[in-house]
Amino acid sequence: MKNKRLILTGLIIFFAIVTVPLWYNLFSGKKPAAPELEYTAKAKAAKVCVEPTAFMKVNHMELLYMWRESVVRKGERTYVNSNGKKFNMSLTNTCLDCHSNKDKFCDRCHEYSSVRPYCWDCHNVKEKE
Amino acid sequence: MNLNYLFSFTVVVALAMIAWAGIDVWGLNGLFCIAVPYVAAILFIIGFAKKVLGWADSYVPFRIPTTCGQEKSLPWIKQNKIDNPSTTTGVVMRMFFEIVLFRSLFRNTKAKFKDNYRLSYRWEIFLWVAALAFHYAFAVVVLRHLRFFFEPVPQFVQLLEKADSFFRFEFFAPFFKIGLPGVYLSGFVLLGALLFLLGRRIFLGQVRYVSLASDYFPLFLIIGIAASGILMRYFAKVDVIAIKEFAMGLASLHPKVPEGVGAIFYVHLFLVSVLVAYFPYSKLMHAGGIFLSPTRNLANNNREKRHINPWNYSVKTHTYEEYEEEFREKMIEAGIPVEKEQ
Repeated sequence: MKNKRLILTGLIIFFAIVTVPLWYNLFSGKKPAAPELEYTAKAKAAKVCVEPTAFMKVNHMELLYMWRESVVRKGERTYVNSNGKKFNMSLTNTCLDCHSNKDKFCDRCHEYSSVRPYCWDCHNVKEKE
Repeated sequence: MNLNYLFSFTVVVALAMIAWAGIDVWGLNGLFCIAVPYVAAILFIIGFAKKVLGWADSYVPFRIPTTCGQEKSLPWIKQNKIDNPSTTTGVVMRMFFEIVLFRSLFRNTKAKFKDNYRLSYRWEIFLWVAALAFHYAFAVVVLRHLRFFFEPVPQFVQLLEKADSFFRFEFFAPFFKIGLPGVYLSGFVLLGALLFLLGRRIFLGQVRYVSLASDYFPLFLIIGIAASGILMRYFAKVDVIAIKEFAMGLASLHPKVPEGVGAIFYVHLFLVSVLVAYFPYSKLMHAGGIFLSPTRNLANNNREKRHINPWNYSVKTHTYEEYEEEFREKMIEAGIPVEKEQ
């Protein structure tokens, strides 16, 4: 074909676009490290969340959804975890009691992975005393 | 049953099992998480460049557009400027609509015997609909995955995510939970369109007759990718933060094997790697080929302009004037009319 130069230009542009993540990460000098979560003194003292950490990492959103269902629809506020321990089902009074640093706990991962939970459409974050 | 699709299906299942066994049984995390994706990327780039440069090297001595409308003719005959372009602008328009809207596929027909074995052709739009749905859904899914490669996540990716999760589906029963994290429509459109395209090949006799294993394989492979992705996002959840850390590591050439991520992720990653590596060596290369199709990207101006064959050698000619000059006397003697008497 006589448009060889045009084809070559197109090919180079295509490869440049496809490899953008590589160039961006190589030259922006950003570390690929995951964000560090800060645990409050209370969370550190408790050591474990309502369920084991591995479960909470991937399933906390479903747990919160079930809590909401239970509280709002059934009026049932007691959660019994896998170890038989009882908790008050409340985002504001249970979760945020330990993790009172939302911006350094919840938000860090959510921003890193571009997740926009709708919890905060309704829930207030308590002012720090 | 048909050997072609059975074979492709078996291969895809085997690939998924290899990925699972490679991680969970043999513990080859480094091979499957680092070596395989890089090799796949290199194979993709080399294969893609080779194919396109090969096409660029082949001669197109004559213009061979397949036209679908009135050619440019006398001034009072209306030309179809897109379907039978005679200018570069027309060709650009034609290519644009072909690539963005699959214009030629829109004309798809199906042949069927009507009453009394009368052959009739019907307009059949669903192939076009499913193809368009598949390609756009796949594009959205691929762009959404950029969230794993950029920190901070680009604005347009976030916008895309918002649009994609506009409809909120939440269904939580004890045995079937879906809805958190938010449902992206594109993933399900992708899977649905793929299943339609596969069903078409399996259940329509004429299409099955012309389908080969290499037609089924990409379908099963992408179905595997979409299914494992959907499974991973909504059902067998995995640690997204660890995965993003891993993806960013790959992209910044400091790869690190992710820890504590479910096996389904490795299956997804391996199938994607296979797709990427397989891409340039298969029918999927129509992605590049569409731009270089001589039946599409040439203006139909065969009669308007002179196109000279690039490998023409210089032909030794003997024009009529020269001929007459040579034989004039003999021609006059024989009584053959000549143009010049002298």
